Amino acid sequence: MLILECPYCGVKADETELTPGYEAHLRRFGAGSSDDDYEGYMFARKNPKGVHFERWRHTYGCGKWFLAARCTATLEVFGTYPAQTKEPPADLVARITAKRPDWKGFK
Amino acid sequence: MRRYSIFAVAREALRYHQGWERAWAAPAPRAAYDVVIIGAGGHGLATAYYLGKNFGITNVAVIEKGWLGGGNTGRNTTIIRSNYLQDPSAAIYEKARSLYEGLSQDLNFNVMFSPRGLLMLGQTQHEVHGYLRTVHANALQGIETSWITPERVKELVPIINLDGPRYPVLGALYQARGGTARHDAVAWGYARACSAMGMHIIQQCEVTGVRSEAGKVTGVETARGLIGCGKLGIVVAGHSGQVAEMAGFRLPIEAVALQALVSEPIKPCIDVVVMANTVHGYVSQSDKGELVIGGGTDGFNNYTQRGSFHHIEETLRALVETFPMISRLKMLRQWGGIVDMTGDRSPILSKTPLGNCFINCGWGTGGFKAIPGSGWAMAELMARGEPGPLAAAFGLERFREGRFIDESVAAGVAH
Repeated sequence: MLILECPYCGVKADETELTPGYEAHLRRFGAGSSDDDYEGYMFARKNPKGVHFERWRHTYGCGKWFLAARCTATLEVFGTYPAQTKEPPADLVARITAKRPDWKGFK
Repeated sequence: MRRYSIFAVAREALRYHQGWERAWAAPAPRAAYDVVIIGAGGHGLATAYYLGKNFGITNVAVIEKGWLGGGNTGRNTTIIRSNYLQDPSAAIYEKARSLYEGLSQDLNFNVMFSPRGLLMLGQTQHEVHGYLRTVHANALQGIETSWITPERVKELVPIINLDGPRYPVLGALYQARGGTARHDAVAWGYARACSAMGMHIIQQCEVTGVRSEAGKVTGVETARGLIGCGKLGIVVAGHSGQVAEMAGFRLPIEAVALQALVSEPIKPCIDVVVMANTVHGYVSQSDKGELVIGGGTDGFNNYTQRGSFHHIEETLRALVETFPMISRLKMLRQWGGIVDMTGDRSPILSKTPLGNCFINCGWGTGGFKAIPGSGWAMAELMARGEPGPLAAAFGLERFREGRFIDESVAAGVAH
C-alpha cells in the first residue's frame, strides 16, 4: 500500500486517505493560446516509466493538495512537498539524481 | 499448417500424439519487413492476421518484448460485450463481438467463445435511466440488448441477492449474445494463423528505439538488432507512452494498474456474466469452476503490474453483498495489468506525426472484448494509410478538435 507523508500536517497517510490527482507542474494554457499548447495542457501527458511528479490530496485528513515524487516502475517514494511551487525543490531533485543516475531530470 | 480437426485428434490418438506440430514458428528476424507490428498481444496479432487475410500483406513481423499474449491479453476477465452508448464504440465492439462468434472456425483454433449472456445491473434510479437510454441507442445501432426486470434477473442468476443492504437490484441491461472467451486461446489462435501465412512472430525481442528519417519510420532497434520496416504499427497497450516517446510524440494517456482475481474452483453456480457497476465488481465462472472477478483501477500511474490491495477489498465487498453465498469463498490468485487510459476513456486507432507509423492503444480496461474488431480496423488503417469507417472516429486529432467519444460518462465506470 502506498504511503505518502503529507507536507502540511505531517501525517503519514496511506492511499485510502488520499486522492490521486495525476501529473504535477502542468503549465496552464487558457483562452487565446494556440491549439497545440491547449491540447498539450489538456491531454498530452508525460506518463513516464520511472521518476514522476504527481498531485495528491490529503482528502480524509487536512484536505490540502500537495505534490509527491515517486517512481512508477518500482513504487518507491522519493518525497513530498507543498503544492505552491512551479518545480520540485532542489534538494529533492538532488536526492532523486543520486538514486537514479540515468534519470533525465525534471524538464 | 496442419489443420486441427476430429480426424487429426483420431490420427494422433493412434500414434501417441507424436505428430502434433508447433502451433507457430520461432524464426530469426529478417533485416526488413513490409510491416512491423510492435506488440504480440491480441490486438497486435489480430492486426497482423487481418492484414494478411483482408489485404494480402504477409511480409509482416510481430515483435514482442516478453512472451506472446503475456501482457493484458493474459490478464483480463475475458468478458465480451458490445452494449455501448456511443455510436463509434458500439460499431467497433459489435464488429469484434460478431467476429468472435465465428473466430474458432476462422482461425481453426478453439477460442472457447461462450455467448452465455451478460447482465449489467441497474442499482440506482440514475443507472436505470442510463441503461434504458443505452437499450434504445443499441436498438438504433442494430445491437440486440434489452432491459429486464428483477424477477427475470433472479431467474438468470439464482444466487443473486436482489435486496442488497445498500443497493437493491432494480433490473438489468441484458445482452444475450455477450459472454466470455478463452483469452490465451485468442492470442494463440491468431499467432498460429499468422505463422501459417508466413508472418514472423518474434518473442523476447524488446524494442529499444524507433529510427526515422524525413518524417518516416525506417526501422526499429531491438534486442535482436535493427529491423527495417515499410510501415510500423505500435500496439503495446500499457507501454504505448514509452514507444511513442521513442518515436518522438506524446499521447493523451496515463498508465494505471487494473486488477483481477479468481476464487477457488466450485461447482457451477452462475452461467452468465454479471456486472454490478454501482457497487463496482463483475464476475463470471470459468470452465474450471473458478469465479473470475474484476473491479476498478488504481488512480495513479503505475507500471508494476501490481495493484493496491484495498481495491480488491472493495471489489469483494461489492460482490459479497450481491452474491452472499460467496462470502466464505477463498481467493486463489490475484494479478494486475497495466492499462492505458485516455482522456475520454475511448481507444486510439490513429495515424501519427510519422507518415508510415500507426498506433492502436488506449483500450484502457476494455481491450480484450475488442480484439477482433480492433485488429480488423487497424489492418485497414495500416493497409490503406487512412482509417476506414470503424476507426475514423478514434483518431488522435479528436482531442484537439473536441470530438470526444465519451464512454466514461456513458458507462459511469471504466469499461
